Amino acid sequence: MEDSKKREVQNPKGLNVFLEEVRRSPLTVTFLAIFTGLFLGGIIAALTSEQMYAALRVSVGEGIKVGAQAAWNTYRALFLGAFGDPAKISAAFASGDWLQINRALSPFFESLVQATPYIFAGLAVAFGFRVGLFNIGAEGQIFVGALAAVWAGVFIKGLPAIIHAPLALLIGGLGGALWGFVPGWLKAKTGAHEVIITIMMNYIAFRLSEYLLTGYLRDPNKTTPISAPIETTAWIPRLFPDPNRFHLGFFIALGIAYLVYLLLFKTTWGFELRTVGANPSAAHYAGMNIVRSTVITMSLSGMLAGLAGANEVLGVNRNLGVAFSSGYGFDSIALALLGNSHPLGVVLAALLFGFLRNGAIQMQLTAGIPIDIISIIQAMILAFIAAPAIIRTIYRLKPPKEVEVAIRSEGESA
Amino acid sequence: MTAQTMGRNSVQYISPTRERVMGVLFLVAAVAMWFFFLRNTEPGVVTTFGMTPGGSKVVAPDWVFETSFALQVLIFLTAFLGVYQLARGFKQRTNLILGIVSGFFIFAFLAWGTAGVSLNLAGLLRVMVIRSVPLTLGAFSGILCERSGVFNIAIEGMMLTAAFTATLFGSVTQNIWIGLVSGMLSGLLLGGVLAVLAIKYKVDQIIAGTVINIFSTGLTSFLSAKFLQKYQELNNPGRFPNWDFPGLSQIPFIGPIFFSHNLYVYTMYALLIVLTVALFYTRWGLRLRSVGEHPKAADTLGIPVNRTRYMAVLLGGLMAGFAGTYFTLGSVGRFDEVLTAGRGFIALAAMIFGNWNPLGAFGAGLLFGFSDSLAGKLTILRVPIHNKFLEMAPYLVTIIVLAGVIGRGQPPAAGGKPYEKE
Repeated sequence: MEDSKKREVQNPKGLNVFLEEVRRSPLTVTFLAIFTGLFLGGIIAALTSEQMYAALRVSVGEGIKVGAQAAWNTYRALFLGAFGDPAKISAAFASGDWLQINRALSPFFESLVQATPYIFAGLAVAFGFRVGLFNIGAEGQIFVGALAAVWAGVFIKGLPAIIHAPLALLIGGLGGALWGFVPGWLKAKTGAHEVIITIMMNYIAFRLSEYLLTGYLRDPNKTTPISAPIETTAWIPRLFPDPNRFHLGFFIALGIAYLVYLLLFKTTWGFELRTVGANPSAAHYAGMNIVRSTVITMSLSGMLAGLAGANEVLGVNRNLGVAFSSGYGFDSIALALLGNSHPLGVVLAALLFGFLRNGAIQMQLTAGIPIDIISIIQAMILAFIAAPAIIRTIYRLKPPKEVEVAIRSEGESA
Repeated sequence: MTAQTMGRNSVQYISPTRERVMGVLFLVAAVAMWFFFLRNTEPGVVTTFGMTPGGSKVVAPDWVFETSFALQVLIFLTAFLGVYQLARGFKQRTNLILGIVSGFFIFAFLAWGTAGVSLNLAGLLRVMVIRSVPLTLGAFSGILCERSGVFNIAIEGMMLTAAFTATLFGSVTQNIWIGLVSGMLSGLLLGGVLAVLAIKYKVDQIIAGTVINIFSTGLTSFLSAKFLQKYQELNNPGRFPNWDFPGLSQIPFIGPIFFSHNLYVYTMYALLIVLTVALFYTRWGLRLRSVGEHPKAADTLGIPVNRTRYMAVLLGGLMAGFAGTYFTLGSVGRFDEVLTAGRGFIALAAMIFGNWNPLGAFGAGLLFGFSDSLAGKLTILRVPIHNKFLEMAPYLVTIIVLAGVIGRGQPPAAGGKPYEKE
């Protein structure tokens, strides 16, 4: 180690400079975190495969071989599920039949469909992080957004699609905004810790959705607690024929991500918000209104999460059942950190999570490996991103030149 | 209460505004009891409360009384308390009176809901105690961690993992005690993960907790789907039997409610005492709390801050692990995916509602357990309240407490901040 260090100092040129940069770059840590998470996921897949234990009885080498095979099969199924089968895709293109091409490519587009709510929810958490607020309540805001959107989709009738769909999306966003406003307002006015308040708001939202779906919003023709289908005018249009569910919401999400980027990094107001996040007391002495920025940030963050719920209801499910979100809100915390709380990073991380999730759904169907393995992988990636020192120790990376801006929830007041 | 003020600001400032708000609130409660309950009660109708839980051998006679008369008494008492509060003020005892008024209100509600029918009050309270177990034990875990200055929002994940581990090992070995110990150890392990992430790597403690929660949900669901559902014999760890506490369990009404349970309930009582004494009356507890309140001062006095925190978080993990094993070994006797269903977060709420104090957490656990228990019986009562709103109650009251409407809670001052030596 000592030797190579000296050499680099003596000869800071060419490849060495590049390697040095790579070793210090935070991006390296991000990639290695993802890689390590996936690698450990593979080990878990191997360790839990019954074939491996059967093979271990024969010999250790055989056991390792079969275990590696199991891990490989898991990721193969995941990859095929997420992107589609290359053989099928090329065959479809060779045949030139549109229907077949659509079928072959639909896994890929389905991954984008899965990534869409992740983009919205990840933006919600990332936006809060940038202003120093920890919105752990995205899950609840997603539920309320979905409830509001499904209400607008079912009970508002007779509007043309060009008005109805955007209106329903907006109402969904406002529902989420309300769920973000409450903790923001309480934090600003009373100092109540937003983490605890948003956790409580999550569970209030779950119970509220169960209440509404067994009563007011329930489809009277169904025995299960599920809402009536929304009016066709409220649909976010799908772009391809069935079974491809790819819909306009993906581009709306990208547009919103760009807007968030502009707001945070290209406006004075965004600068103010980020200053409040980076150094609240400096912001206060500079005359910035912390109360207002807290309330607005939590509301906007809630709105983004609400859009995730509305988008799912209007673009994918077109009705609302109990427990429809299954963890988007909590995954989005991991995702926002992975994307370094930057809109572009969030979009990339959301794509990764979307492909993982869709791949895992297919994997569960084809290879019989429970989908929950991706939660394990995501948790490990989150741990490595949150504690980059672990990754640096494993791979002997050097600390970054600039001081990393750590995300920290304030602990003084609960 | 005296314990809680030790080492804290013992001079309590009583806001005159809050005094008046409370007085008005009591009067509003009296009016509401008249408006919602008494007005809708026919004179002469009786309320019947069963005083013996189903299946209990210790029999107590039913309690039968005239509904409207009971309501009148409760309304009169509540109104009196409100007027007294406005005229003279209860000063330090305001919170106690608030508790009493809330109790009156709940009793009036039950009496009105039961008018003309009968409700097994003893059964309701017995279920309350049972439901409070994971909440109180989980809150104890939170108290241990947060008193030392480490947020623990991973109680849910630790409980879930422990429930799973206890089931698996208990089934494999066919020994419920091995199940119990392995579950507790898995909680300890996750406590170790939280401690290393939060203390060594200085990861934000909320994020560290989120890591554990996501990981636990993923791992237990994955393994359960892969193995437990396939091989049912792996999902049968057995249950701890009920045991009548000698003597105490023979008291009518009280005995069957509090002293005819399994190991978990008695351990909860014991831990309540042990934890209160340890935290507030020993040097160990003083050190633990000082590390959570003012780590720099503690360090100056030679208390090893991070080592103390490690110990507290590990103990917290062990406690959460014990709480988690309740779900399988103490309750249903089998593991299902995500069977904790957010109870870890209600435990967090109980910790806050109980003001980071074991006795308070126990009270909050009972209160939340009561709302849970009542939610299950609402359909018998024919009252126009949906049980989903009762299930919301723990979360709502926690928000109200956090916002300082009813007495602001006092969290440990250094909570959530990693300690760095200068």
